[in-house]
Amino acid sequence: MKKKTISRRNFVKESSLITGGVLIAPSMMMASPISKKENVLKLAVIGCGGRGTGATAQALKADHNVKLVAMSDAFKDRLDKAYTSLSKIFDSSKIDVPASRQFVGFGSYKKAIDEADVVILTTPPGFRPQHFEYAIAQGKHVFMEKPVATDVVGIKKVLKAAKAAKEKKLNVVVGLQRRYQKSYLAAYEKIKNGDIGKIVSGQVYWNSAGVWVRPRQEDWSEMQYQMRNWYYFNWLCGDHILEQHIHNIDVANWFIGEIPISAQGMGGRQVRTGKDHGEIFDHHFVEFEYPGGAVVSSQCRHQHGCFTKVAEHFQGTHGISSTKGKVHATLNSLDGNTIYDHNGENDPSPYQIEHDHLFQAIRNQRDYINNAEYGANSTMSAILGRMATYSGKQITWEQAMNSNYQIVPDEDSLSWDSLPPTICDDSGNYPIPTPGKTNFIIS
Amino acid sequence: MIKKHLIILSILILGQPIKAQEFENYTQTVKDLSLSFKMMAVNGGSFSMGAPESSERHANEKPSHEVEVDDFWIGKHEITWEQYDAFVFGEFGPDKFIAKDRLLNLGIDAVSGATPPYVDMSFNMGKGSFPAVNMTQYAAIMYCQWLTSKTGIFYRLPTEAEWEYACKKGKTDSNKDLGNIGWYKANANNKYQKTGSKSSNSLDIHDMLGNVSEWVYDQYSTTFYKNSPKKNPINIPTQLYPRVIRGGSWKDTADKLCCTSRQASNQDWKQRDPQIPKSNWWLTDAPFVGFRLVRPKVQPSKEDIKKYWLDAIEDFGI
Repeated sequence: MKKKTISRRNFVKESSLITGGVLIAPSMMMASPISKKENVLKLAVIGCGGRGTGATAQALKADHNVKLVAMSDAFKDRLDKAYTSLSKIFDSSKIDVPASRQFVGFGSYKKAIDEADVVILTTPPGFRPQHFEYAIAQGKHVFMEKPVATDVVGIKKVLKAAKAAKEKKLNVVVGLQRRYQKSYLAAYEKIKNGDIGKIVSGQVYWNSAGVWVRPRQEDWSEMQYQMRNWYYFNWLCGDHILEQHIHNIDVANWFIGEIPISAQGMGGRQVRTGKDHGEIFDHHFVEFEYPGGAVVSSQCRHQHGCFTKVAEHFQGTHGISSTKGKVHATLNSLDGNTIYDHNGENDPSPYQIEHDHLFQAIRNQRDYINNAEYGANSTMSAILGRMATYSGKQITWEQAMNSNYQIVPDEDSLSWDSLPPTICDDSGNYPIPTPGKTNFIIS
Repeated sequence: MIKKHLIILSILILGQPIKAQEFENYTQTVKDLSLSFKMMAVNGGSFSMGAPESSERHANEKPSHEVEVDDFWIGKHEITWEQYDAFVFGEFGPDKFIAKDRLLNLGIDAVSGATPPYVDMSFNMGKGSFPAVNMTQYAAIMYCQWLTSKTGIFYRLPTEAEWEYACKKGKTDSNKDLGNIGWYKANANNKYQKTGSKSSNSLDIHDMLGNVSEWVYDQYSTTFYKNSPKKNPINIPTQLYPRVIRGGSWKDTADKLCCTSRQASNQDWKQRDPQIPKSNWWLTDAPFVGFRLVRPKVQPSKEDIKKYWLDAIEDFGI
């Protein structure tokens, strides 16, 4: 097992030697089609948290001739930590980010994107539409994390840029990694093939205990606080029905092959009610209706000590399917016989495959990829669910998309002294959406 | 009020140095939590560690060598999710632990808690009295530190030698029908099972073999046995990988359910962690690794305990 550690390190070092143009062996030169200077792909990362750092590492491993040239983050300490981490993994021929290409603060995404051929967009999701729009306008290939927006105006921006990306043949991968995971792909192929018939209903789950909290510190402005503790503010995060549960809702859209026509549901905050828990709910339960008649129940919960489950189940006219986050996918006929049973314990990491495919597509070694449209539709599905639980109303896709629901300000107008879109009262509590009172659709 | 005094009294008693005649099994309770840990007294002694040269066991179990371990208590059960989640989701205010000066005497400056996991780390295999899994060895050690800070009693992971001693002394693998004492590939239905649901060994310890593999403290080394010290051997970890797990799990075939069998951690156990640095607290791909507690009969010095609390080594996935 130790050997493996060493060999992976060697791989990284060898690949960087190739980047540096050092002749290792003739066979390696032959194997690498990328010895011309113009073939170096320049990478920038926008959003240098743990996930941005991880995605950058995956991108640098996906292709022999890619190097990181620019980084951007709202916070210098986050950028510094990412730079330090990446420098431990890769040598200087892969990490070429002098101080002059480290960009910090609101609006710094533009400068980093300008430097690159391929960009990684991994800030909190509220900023994604603006970053994606700019990256496509500048002609860059994109890896962007899910969700791709937190409001309807953002969704429209992403859908428009998705079209532009297609026209410009810019590849776009969205980090809904189940779509790159063998177990899910295998189940999808069987379902598409009609093995369980037409899907009529489903249940999708992300019931867990919740995530990190970054408590307020005295010397932070309100904007700094919300940017640090971003999970709990909708303009940045979109609530956990969007930020996490999008994965399971996306599987419903994918397997059914449609997007919801309407949603109604219920939710609230019962347990996670502290001041550092901002404005988001700790549970949502939504019923999504699909144009073909299928109904999907979606439940997500962030409460410790309760039943936990992260999975997707679907019932078809001939059989049922069950997929779980990690490695399992099973399809059974209605009389209980196994149609398919996938145990993918040794399957490769879907997070790496996302980047392998992106760079292969950029190199024309595989077909053009553009995940932006389904990424936007699944993001919108979760936003629709959130609008339904916050308002307590049934809301149609059409109503929501015809609205100009916007909670994210223009990033270029922000500073650390700006007031965020939501602010707390004198005792530190934020306004909480109230079913029956909160309203999104003015009819 | 009376109840409170009784609790304080019982803690004081347990906190006293233990005399020989008091070296018995006991149940550790925790002040503000309804948790209890059954601890089994194991009289130390000499034994032959590893597998004999003549056996068909794996080369990493050889050579067998004479080792002596001191008295210790070992957990009757693997740590359960109920016990583990009390740490992961617990409160960490100063009033939740013993007084600062007592903490310092146990080599503890501050108690730190795990970050909550993004997904349910039981992978839908069961919580409550099912064994906790997917924690890093660092997290398991920090769990021991947390329990120490709650109780004032030094708890830690077993050393590799202590683990094997308890396994052999309890004649765990001498039972002809492995299915009576352990959950493994042939009978576990592809998941872990409730702790203590199979017969115990002759020391009345459950699940030493099978169910979940167990973290011990040592760095994994195939050469350590050749140069092992005789008394209380321990291969102190200096690198993140590989470290030792023992006992085999629900995933393993029968040959791994053996007191001498050794397995090593590796970075693939965090393969699906999409972040860098990868989590210090959670493995994303090891739903077969858990742990149990040990308490040495003679509490070491403050300095020795302090050395035991390892620092986290950041995992960059290299």
